Amino acid sequence: MSDKKIERREFLFTASYAVGAVGVGAVVWPLVDQMNPDASVKALASTEVDVSTLEPGKAITVLWRGKPVFIKRRTSEEIAEARSVKMEDLKDPQKDEDRVKDPEWLVMVGVCTHLGCVPLNDKGDYNGWFCPCHGSHYDTSGRIRKGPAPTNMEVPKYEFVNSNTIKIG
Amino acid sequence: MSDHEYVPKSKFGKWFNDRLPLLSLASHLTDYPTPKNLNYWWTFGGILTFCLITQIVTGLTLAMHYIAHADLAFESVEHIMRDVNYGWLIRYIHANGASMFFLAVYIHIFRSLFYGSYKSPREIIWIIGIMIYLLMMAAAFMGYVLPWGQMSFWGATVITNLFSAIPLVGVGIVEWLWGGYSVDNPTLTRFFTLHYLIPFLILGLVVLHIWALHVPGNNNPIGIDVKKPSKDTVPFHPYIVIKDAFALLMFMIVFAFFVFYSPNILGHADNYIEANPMVTPAHIVPEWYLLPFYAILRSVPDKLMGVVAMLSAILILAALPWLDTSKIRSAVFRPLYKQFYWILVVDVLILGYVGAMPAEGLYLLVARVATAYYFIHFLIILPILGFKEKTIPLPLTITEPVLGGFPDPAAVKKKESLN
Repeated sequence: MSDKKIERREFLFTASYAVGAVGVGAVVWPLVDQMNPDASVKALASTEVDVSTLEPGKAITVLWRGKPVFIKRRTSEEIAEARSVKMEDLKDPQKDEDRVKDPEWLVMVGVCTHLGCVPLNDKGDYNGWFCPCHGSHYDTSGRIRKGPAPTNMEVPKYEFVNSNTIKIG
Repeated sequence: MSDHEYVPKSKFGKWFNDRLPLLSLASHLTDYPTPKNLNYWWTFGGILTFCLITQIVTGLTLAMHYIAHADLAFESVEHIMRDVNYGWLIRYIHANGASMFFLAVYIHIFRSLFYGSYKSPREIIWIIGIMIYLLMMAAAFMGYVLPWGQMSFWGATVITNLFSAIPLVGVGIVEWLWGGYSVDNPTLTRFFTLHYLIPFLILGLVVLHIWALHVPGNNNPIGIDVKKPSKDTVPFHPYIVIKDAFALLMFMIVFAFFVFYSPNILGHADNYIEANPMVTPAHIVPEWYLLPFYAILRSVPDKLMGVVAMLSAILILAALPWLDTSKIRSAVFRPLYKQFYWILVVDVLILGYVGAMPAEGLYLLVARVATAYYFIHFLIILPILGFKEKTIPLPLTITEPVLGGFPDPAAVKKKESLN
C-alpha cells in the first residue's frame, strides 16, 4: 500500500518536472533565437554586379551580406598557376576547376577563414592574397597555402546573369 | 563575523536595526579586524572598487549622449568629444579608466600570486575574482566596439570569429552572436546592451568577493593565519581606510596623468577612422591588457588549438588553488617559488610585448617559448614545487618577526601574556 503511494508521488514529480522543463524551454528559445539573423538581414541575400569594365588581372570588391566579395578576372598565367598545383601541396585540397564556373572569373568571399579579416590582393608568397592580421597566404585560386587559416576562401553561390553581370547569392 | 553583540545607541537606530540590520553591517565593516602588517599591495582592492564606480558613473553619463547605431555611433562619439559639456573629460576618463582598471586588477592578481592569497581557505574568493576578471574582459572588449572605429569593427570581427573554431556549430554560433552574416548594426546594439549590463554583474560579484573575504579575513604578507581580533589585527576603520585612501590618491595622480596629458596613448589611432567592412587595418592589435592572451592565441599555428590555448591560459587560473600544492602561502618563505614567480612576471610581460608585434620570425619564436613556459609554470612547476621545495620556517605570529624571533610556542605565549 505504502509502496504504491510513493510511486504515485514520484510519477507526479517527474511529470511536473517534465512539463516545467518544456515550459522553460518554450520561454527561453524565443529569447535566444531573437539574436539570430532577422528577416530584414536575410532579405538582403543577393547582389548583382556589373563586371563589364574589369580588365584581365584586375579585381574588384563588392559588399554582399555585409561581407566583401572578391571578383577577380584572372589572366591565363594565373589560371595556369592555379591549375598546376599538386593536390598534396594543399592544406584544404580542392581543384581550381571546382572553385570557378568560368576559369577567367574567380568569385569568392573575401574573408580570411582564420579570424575574418579581409586579405590583400596581389600579395603573399603565392601571387594571390595575403591576410595582414595573422599571416595567411592564399594562391591565385584563393586556396590556403601557408599560415593559420584552416580552409580556402569560401566560394559563394553565384551565377552569370549575362556576360556582363554576376549575381551573388 | 562578530556583529551579534552590536546594539545601536539611539532608540530609532535600535528600532531600525531590529528590522533591517544595516547598522550591524556598517559596524562589522568598520570594526572588521585586519592584519596589521598589510602592505601597500593590499590597497588595490579599494582602488579597484573606485575604478568600478568610476566606470559605472562615467558610463551612465556617456550613455545619455551615445547612439548605438552603425550609421550614427562614430559621429555620436565625436559629438560627445566636441559638443557635449565636458564630454571629452567624461569619455577620456571612461576610456583610460578601463586601462587603469586592468592595471589595478593585474597588480591585485599578482599580489595574490606572490602571497598565496588564493590558497585554502580563500579558494572561493579567488574563483569569484577570476569570474570578475573574465567579465571585465568581456565588458572592455564590447566597450571598445561601441565607438565603431576601424579597430572596433575589426577587433569585434576577429574576437567573435574565435567561436567559429568550434567544430560543426561554430559558424552558427558566430552568426547568432552577430545577428547577421558579418559584424553589423545588430551586433552593435547587442554589444551596447551587454556592455551596459556587465558592470552591474561585476558589482554583484564584488559584493560576493568581499563577503567571501570577510569570512576567513585578509591574508597578509607573512601568509600565516591570524587570530582575530587580536594583537595582530587592527580595525578596518580608521587604520586601513586611511591607508587605502592615501594609495588611492597616488593612483588617481597616475590616472589623471593619462586623462589630461596623454589621453590617447593607450588607444589606437585607427579607431579614429570610421568602421569600414571592406578594408582591414594593416595591424590589428587588441588593447594592451589583452595582449598576453593574444600572443598565446597567435603562437599556436592551428586555429582551434590556438583558441583552446588562449582560453586555457585564463581558465587555468581558476584551478590554481589545487595546482599549487604547497601549504605555505607567502613567497617570503618559499625561496624557489619566489624566483619562479618573478620568471612568470617576466614571461607575461614578454607575452604582452610580442602580442603587440607582428606574428612572424623571431617574435613568433619568442611567443611560442613564452606560451610554453606559461603553461609549464602552472601545470608542472607549481605542483612539483610544493613537494620538493625546502621552505623557510614560519613565524608563529605577525608580531614575532618585528620583535625578534621566538620559535618556541611557550616563549611566545609567555611574551603575549606579559603584554
